[in-house]
Amino acid sequence: MPRQTIVIDPVTRIEGHSKISLHLDEEGHVEEAYFHVTQFRGFEKFCEGRPYYEMPSLMARICGICPVSHLIASAKACDAILAVRIPENAVRLRKVLNLAQILQSHALSFFYLSVPDLLLGMDSDPAARNVFGVMEANPAMAKDGVRLRQFGQQIIEWLAGKRIHPAWVVPGGVSSPLTAENRDRILAGIPEALANATRALDWFKNEMEGFREEIRSFANFPTLFMGLVGEDGGLEHYSGKLRFLDAGGHVVADYADTTYPDYLAEIAHPWSYLKTSFYKPLGYPDGVYRVGPLARLNIIDGISTPRASQEWAEFRELDRGAVLSSFYYHYARLIEMVYALEKIEQLLREPDALDANVRAHASVNNTEGIGVSEAPRGTLMHHYKVDGDGLITWANLIIATGHNNAAMNRGVLQVARHFVHGNKLTEGMLNRVEAVIRTFDPCLSCSTHADGRLALEVELRSHEGELLDVCHTR
Amino acid sequence: MTGVPDQPKSKVRLATVWLDGCSGCHMSLLDTDERLVALAQHVSVVWGPLVDAKVFPENVDVTLVEGAVSSEEDLHRIRQVRARTKILVTLGDCAITGNVSAMRNNFGANAVLKRAYLENATLDAQIPRQVIPPLLAMVRPVHEFVPVDVFVPGCPPSADLIFSVLSELLAGKMPNLAAKFG
Ligand code: SF4
Repeated sequence: MPRQTIVIDPVTRIEGHSKISLHLDEEGHVEEAYFHVTQFRGFEKFCEGRPYYEMPSLMARICGICPVSHLIASAKACDAILAVRIPENAVRLRKVLNLAQILQSHALSFFYLSVPDLLLGMDSDPAARNVFGVMEANPAMAKDGVRLRQFGQQIIEWLAGKRIHPAWVVPGGVSSPLTAENRDRILAGIPEALANATRALDWFKNEMEGFREEIRSFANFPTLFMGLVGEDGGLEHYSGKLRFLDAGGHVVADYADTTYPDYLAEIAHPWSYLKTSFYKPLGYPDGVYRVGPLARLNIIDGISTPRASQEWAEFRELDRGAVLSSFYYHYARLIEMVYALEKIEQLLREPDALDANVRAHASVNNTEGIGVSEAPRGTLMHHYKVDGDGLITWANLIIATGHNNAAMNRGVLQVARHFVHGNKLTEGMLNRVEAVIRTFDPCLSCSTHADGRLALEVELRSHEGELLDVCHTR
Repeated sequence: MTGVPDQPKSKVRLATVWLDGCSGCHMSLLDTDERLVALAQHVSVVWGPLVDAKVFPENVDVTLVEGAVSSEEDLHRIRQVRARTKILVTLGDCAITGNVSAMRNNFGANAVLKRAYLENATLDAQIPRQVIPPLLAMVRPVHEFVPVDVFVPGCPPSADLIFSVLSELLAGKMPNLAAKFG
């Protein structure tokens, strides 16, 4: 048979626009795969000349799915420019906001984007394989998902005044304390949300048996893993040290998060607006690593909340070293939803949660600042330089999806080789190629800090590695 | 459910398009929460990031557009969308004015690409040019390229505003946003 190119355009049910093209050799085997992001917006440049205190609100516009993550990383970079230690309760409230963000974003990824595959089937009718199809097939489950996302968004609104792009997180802390009324509303909602989240987790664990092929082939290979851990090595999303772990489960190194330029570098590709980050001491591609829920549950030594801690112990039984299959990103995401709810409750029951001292005031004391936090999809870094008047002169952002870029590319190739064979192409096979991307939950708005559409290209190479053909996805 | 008809004859064909925006306008649509479930009984979502269609279909009744026009692909997309849509709604400030997405116009496409890929990459620094769509010289709002029927402002527009606009469109009325914004 002649060589073929298969183009999947756009990749659907991910947070961004994308294409996948697969190049097949004469025997119909997939030879090579690339994952292209086709959007670019230029935040790193066009923030130049703006005052530093505008940065959180401006940078939040990188992404409407996880604006809070950008607010927090950006505000932390600005805290460093002010050289202030922000009040304890400001840290607490920022943590609650970040956990609420993780909850709502995970609910979006799982229930709205991936449950259609998991519940209705990878091979089911594409016309109904979406959240509206889930609403018909299993209204109770759809409702759990809607309610969980809603609760996360509501916590954000109660704390910060607005669900999307609130202006409440500011350099030096947050702009207003939490009211007793809103604290009680959040606490009152926790039991129902926890019930919803654990129901989904139990359901997923039951269903895993039916996805053996996907578990085996969805980006299931050794890589490093990276993420923040607390000073005690526990699960942590707001601040701590950056840990690298190898595939065997051994800690490679712990670093101060503000020294990332010493150990991380980025490579640009001619075929994508998405750059790839790698671990400098190992170089590229050996220094490829993954971030996000799967990485976080791999790198930590423990979890500080009871239910999530139990679930984590069970999760770690899946593999002897690190848990390697990206299919388990879903699993890790569900455990993190349970954790987020338990942790929000813990934080808000602390006696000082209503403390009115939530903001430190200062002017520019440093000309450079780095802010790092864990976004739903992984580690997020904002790095700014300012002049003496506090106007931005330079910015660099490293976003979760950039850390995962290499693993996503290799994952697409692995799953395509496993499921796609040229002589009998089915829609369900191609859907699995997209589904592996969905496990990473890439955020393409974020990842290109620009117009971020995702596209994937497959190049056809001979066995000697000679480039025979490149797919131009248009 | 104000304004949503009880017994529609056939479902309204709705599409949602994401150009150069942050997806916040789409998220605000999802923030209609349980009202979205009620809406789903009256509309069939035929294209958009939540569903699996690969080709923008013909005969779409209502299309919501988020984001400004930034790349050649956006331009191609919005022309196709306009040709196949009865009522075109620009959702949010990026689609209506360019907003944050258009801030790169102060520097130009080349300068923003240079910063990201030549100055801020440590290995193989190069501006990507293969396969991916080239950027337009300027980011422009949607109405500069195609006629727009309804403008829904906000960054993002609130879920309540989006829901009320959709409800009126589903009831066969043209929403009067001037009345809402005085
Ligand atoms: S209008 Fe605001 S919320 Fe909507 S896409 Fe643009 S920046 Fe995002």
